[in-house]
Amino acid sequence: MNPNIIEIAYIVAAALFILGIKGLSKPKTAVRGNQLAASGMLVAIVVTLLNSSVVSYEWIVAGAIVGAIIGATLAVKIQMTAMPQLIAALNGFGGGASLAVAAAEFIKSQPASGTLAQLTDHAVGGGMGTFAMIATGAAVFIGAVTLTGSFVAFAKLQELIGGQPKGFPGMKAVTAILLIGSISIIGYLTVDPTQTQLFWVMVAAAFIMGILLVMPIGGADMPVVIALLNSYSGIAAAAAGFVMGNSVLIIAGSLVGASGIILTQIMCKAMNRSLTNVLFGVMAEAG
Amino acid sequence: MDISIIHVTLFVLAIFLGIELITKVPPTLHTPLMSGSNAISGVTLVGAILAAGHGGNETLINVLGFMAVALATINVVGGFMVTNRMLAMFKRKD
Repeated sequence: MNPNIIEIAYIVAAALFILGIKGLSKPKTAVRGNQLAASGMLVAIVVTLLNSSVVSYEWIVAGAIVGAIIGATLAVKIQMTAMPQLIAALNGFGGGASLAVAAAEFIKSQPASGTLAQLTDHAVGGGMGTFAMIATGAAVFIGAVTLTGSFVAFAKLQELIGGQPKGFPGMKAVTAILLIGSISIIGYLTVDPTQTQLFWVMVAAAFIMGILLVMPIGGADMPVVIALLNSYSGIAAAAAGFVMGNSVLIIAGSLVGASGIILTQIMCKAMNRSLTNVLFGVMAEAG
Repeated sequence: MDISIIHVTLFVLAIFLGIELITKVPPTLHTPLMSGSNAISGVTLVGAILAAGHGGNETLINVLGFMAVALATINVVGGFMVTNRMLAMFKRKD
């Protein structure tokens, strides 16, 4: 399909997402808002399938069937009271998807694989360019934190683990080390983008960080945490958009990222809490 | 002009739009709005399709592509369906 038609369809999809979010924030238009957003998604998916760089469909079809069955079953079967933890789980899957997209692009860019990814700027001698590598690092890191963080939130609300804040002495320090370590690895990868082992070390660090960030937060504050993680998954999608050079991913991802932060603040206010209080306050009490 | 500059422009403008979009939201709509925008973040499915459909035969890339499509589809299908279900329930209550 003509790339210009695809880009125009992406603008239509982005507009539908904007109208959708707008509609969802008012009681009268909420149902319609959700439908508009869903039709925007349909437009984006259909034109992507017609993209000339999509040449094989077996993995797409297999993934879509598995995903649609699981997604629909969860949505229909879940108890209404279990809604917050379902949103947490779905959000975790979204973060995991952004992680997988960026990781696939990273592996594709490795000289060993023979096929250089079609990125906006290539480094000489294989591997990703600096801009693409930073975007990949961000998508993978934020995606991984969203994945494990959301599953801890899910486990707390589903009472698989206790809802009370959990921690250990020096937890903040460990989290800080993981954060600094991950950023350093991403920095190093921009210099030498062929270090695949280091890449996976960073993924592991991000997984652990997601767990450590949500563990010390009490069950009552979980809805706020899920709203925040929702914002993260939007940012991860936007970062994946930079990796793929895809406009609709960037627009929709950053829309959700920004509106998610605002919603998080609104929810905090409604619960008479401050965001810093939710994120760090209980941690201090837990020691 | 470099295409990535255009992408950064889109990113910055969409951030500002996202901030302006949400102003006053009644508490009953907090969860559906969160759920609906969560489904929108499943737009990463677009990236997943591009990653899974590239036609190479390296196993790791194909497995990552498959996982990305499956996870993003769960997010999109589950997200929009459950938001719809939630909103339908509110209607009955009124």
